[in-house]
This record gives sequence, structure tokens and C-alpha cells, in this order.
Amino acid sequence: MKVFVAVKRTLDYAVKVRVKADKSAVDLANVKMSMNPFCEIACEEAVRLKEKKVAKEVIAVTVGPKAAQETLRTALAMGADRGIHVVTDMRHDTELQPLAVAKVLQALGAKESPDMYILGKQSIDGDNNQTGQMLAGLMDAPIAAFASEVSVDGDKVHVTREIDGGLQKIDLGLPAVVTADLRLNEPRYATLPNIMKAKKKKIEEIKAEDLGLSLEPHVQYTSVEDPPVRQAGIKVESVDEVISKLKETGVL
Amino acid sequence: ASTLVLAEHAEGAIADSTLSVVSAAKAIGGDVTVLVAGADAAKIAEQAAKIDGVSSVLAAGDAAYDHGIAENITALLQSVQDSKSFSHILFAASNDGKNIMPRLGAKLDVQPVSDILEVLGEDTFKRPMYAGNAIATVKSSDSVKLASVRITNFDKAAAEGGSASVEEVSGPGDAGKTTWVADEVAKSDRPELTTADKIVSGGRGLKNGENFEMLYTLADKLGGGAVGASRAAVDAGYVPNELQIGQTGKIVAPGLYIAVGISGAIQHLAGMKDAKTIVCINKDPEAPIFQVSDIGLEADLFKAVPEMIEKL
Repeated sequence: MKVFVAVKRTLDYAVKVRVKADKSAVDLANVKMSMNPFCEIACEEAVRLKEKKVAKEVIAVTVGPKAAQETLRTALAMGADRGIHVVTDMRHDTELQPLAVAKVLQALGAKESPDMYILGKQSIDGDNNQTGQMLAGLMDAPIAAFASEVSVDGDKVHVTREIDGGLQKIDLGLPAVVTADLRLNEPRYATLPNIMKAKKKKIEEIKAEDLGLSLEPHVQYTSVEDPPVRQAGIKVESVDEVISKLKETGVL
Repeated sequence: ASTLVLAEHAEGAIADSTLSVVSAAKAIGGDVTVLVAGADAAKIAEQAAKIDGVSSVLAAGDAAYDHGIAENITALLQSVQDSKSFSHILFAASNDGKNIMPRLGAKLDVQPVSDILEVLGEDTFKRPMYAGNAIATVKSSDSVKLASVRITNFDKAAAEGGSASVEEVSGPGDAGKTTWVADEVAKSDRPELTTADKIVSGGRGLKNGENFEMLYTLADKLGGGAVGASRAAVDAGYVPNELQIGQTGKIVAPGLYIAVGISGAIQHLAGMKDAKTIVCINKDPEAPIFQVSDIGLEADLFKAVPEMIEKL
């Protein structure tokens, strides 16, 4: 089968987030960018399906600026076979919204007809947690969001997914959309030989406007601010003090 | 405005999360309608009708809507929306809500707003981005507004006092795309993390899963608290993911939060900084958790926790 994996270039998860002084947005100038951690998990899962000979071809897709090609190269170095880069300069944490990305993925899917779409459950910039679910909705396909275990058996996908308070097992028909949660796998690091090999893999570039879709945001981000600061309290020396302070303030 | 709230329920009872979503709906203004879906809908709808501020309740009694299968519930919501044309549809920002809302958004060509923290107007909301390190004010231009509600940011509506009418509704039923196999939900007498008033939470400092036992004992001593964990402890395999508190886990806002052996990574703070009182026990005085704690104890947790258990 053919697998689509969507990957996004985001602020690196270890970078401190700074809001611009004019409260217009988060400052993304000169900060380290990486593949969104949940997309890494999605990519790893797709590559594992290929290693298990379940998937014949893994196609990594990204929607983003020119520089997002680096993220696609990372996916190719992890083991994806080829890449599709839909190029747009829309700001990817506020202007390029999940509905638009889902429409792009649906349009690409209509050309390539993958059997399975694997996405991260959310990106760590916009934190919307929507794109996979929306793609499934547009395609009228089944969704397994927050997957922690995936196996394919003929034309059925067995998924264990995270639900509130525990786990749920479901079976889906194909084509299906799966979004990756934290425990699905531990993504590999791309090795140097694989990074070299990835340079030769093909990336198709498509201008977003050539897809003939409306990608205009439906939601305007009118301001972005720092969260309220929580004041540090006191340091105490002993367990007795902890207990007496809690009793003083009526917590215990 | 007229707002539809998708109710959450478990074991025949309406969930507390629904009460918080009703409060968010009240903040928008106008009529509030609650949709209860599932085999037990009729019985749960009676409870929903008593929630203060709810003007009507829709009950879709069909087992196809149990287990939160997104395709089935979305089709029901769509058919209800087709006939009733609500201005807003609200969900709890739970795994179920997060699973269903975007699919409905795709069907209605609407861009939903995730995790609202505050209602500023009929079309304007506050929401967190970047793991809560930035708070955005957003304005939706869609004709129907879809939003998921961060339940710890809204007080619960009173469960009693209302007398809404109940109407039966039906949708297309089972879409036949997903087969439910099993739910494995841990049965416990402890409160749910997201609604617990007291939480004891452990990090990598606990060193292994067995050591979490003492956190359960401490939670018992506090009068029946819940136990949580940092992502580091989950990643290390000490405890299952459903215990995870943080941006990628559960968002909690208890009265008392005791962080044991947790350094306080940004992603963890995003999940617990709304607790009323935060206590931390950590041997590293430089740990960022001290900067958000009301009471910080610099100590070896393996001495301090047993001592606390003994003295409470």
C-alpha cells in the first residue's frame, strides 16, 4: 500500500518562545526550527510500515515556506521515498490554518490515492490538534486520532488509541487517517549515510496557489500575548513547614 | 446567539466537563441546548435538563453514538445543525471533543477554535498556542462558530436548578466505517485527573514505576487525591500515558498540586500552572518548578515523601 505522511516545520521544541513586543505574533526570526515532534512519530510509523513490507511507498508531504524543504529532507533521511512540497509564505502558526492544510492534503491525495494518511496529532506551534481529523472529514474516511499502536492486516487497520481515562481499540477500513500520539513509537535519528542518500531523493514542488484552493484563514489572530506570570512563593526547610503552611492557608 | 453543547457522559451520568462547557455557552449568551447521544441518552438527558442555564435538551438514543466514534457522532451533529441552525457549537477539549469537532468543521467548511480559555464576545475568544507560552486573541469569521473549551478555565454550571424541555432526535446512525473493538478504561475509586481537587504528581526523580506507590499513599493521606506524572516519567516508562499532565497530556487545575521530583519543563507547566496552590519537592534548587511553586521544599523526595505520609 501507499502511505502519505504529513510533516511540518515548527519552532524547535527546546527553544524558548518569545512573543513580539507589539503583541502581533510569536517571534520566529533567527530561531531554531525543526520537524514537529508529533510529525517525527508519524514519519517513523510510516517508515516502519515500509520496513514491515506493509507499505510499498512512503510519500512525505509538507505545506510551508521554501525552508520547509529541510523538514522534507529529514523525512526522506528517516526513510520516506519521495517528497511533495506545497510552497506558501503564509505564517504557519496563525495564518495557514488546519482546514486549509487538510484541503491541500486532500487535493494531493486525490492525485496519488494513498491507502493510509499518517499525521502527528498536533503541531507544537498552533496547537490546534485538527488537521488529521479534518482531512478524514473532507475525504469521508474513518479516523483513528491519538494512536498509540497501529497494525495493518489486509484491508483493515487495527488501532489502539488514547481516550480519556484509558485506551480504545478500533478497526478501520481503507483509506484511513491515523494521527500519532506520543507513545506510538520512538523516532529514529537520521544517520549520515541516510542523510546523504536523502539528498538524491525526489521532491516535487507545487505552488499553493496552483492548487486552485482557497487557503484564506477563517480565524483572525488579533493579538498574541505572554501568558500571565505566576509569582514564585516561598522556600521552606522542612516537611513540617510544608504541612503547617498548607494548614495556615486552609488548603489542608 | 444559540449554542449547542455536545454532552459528555460515562456510565449513565453526565460528566462534569459538560457543566463547564455549559458555562462557556452561557458566557456567549443566548439559548443553550445540550445534545446527549448514546444508548442511554434518554436517562442522561433528564440529568442534562436540570443543569442551570440549559434551555433545551436533545436526546439521540442510539448505541452507534457510544464509544465516541467520530464518523457517527459528526453525522448526527450535522443533521441536528441542518435542522436547527445553531450559531455556536461547543465541545469539551477532551480527547473525544478533539476527535469530533474538527471533522464537523471540515463538513461545514468551518475553521474551529481549539481550547478556548475565555469568551470575549460572540466571535472572539482567547486560546493558548505554543504549549501555553503564548495566548492568542482570535476572531472567527465563520457563520457557525465551533470551539472546544478548556474545562479547567470555566466554572461548572450548577447541576441542579434548570428545567429544560427534552426532545428526541435521530441521525444517520452507524456510518459503518469504524468497528469498535474494546475500551480499556482503568477502573478506580480515585477522582479523574482533570476534575480532582488534590493531585500528587511524580517526575523522573521517582526513578521507577514502583516508587509511584508512595505517591498513591500520599494522595490517600490527603483525602483521596489523584496521581499524575510528568512527560519525562511517562517517556521513561514508569507510568502509563493517561497519567501525563502537560501540554501533550492532561490540563489540570486542582486546589492543591504537589510536584514530586519534577523539574518543571515548559510543557509540564502548561498543564498545571492553573492549580490554586502548588507545592514542589525537589533536591535541585535550580529546578524551574520552584519558580511557579507557592511552597518549595528543597529535599530528597525519598526522605520527604515518607515523612509527609507519616505526619499527615
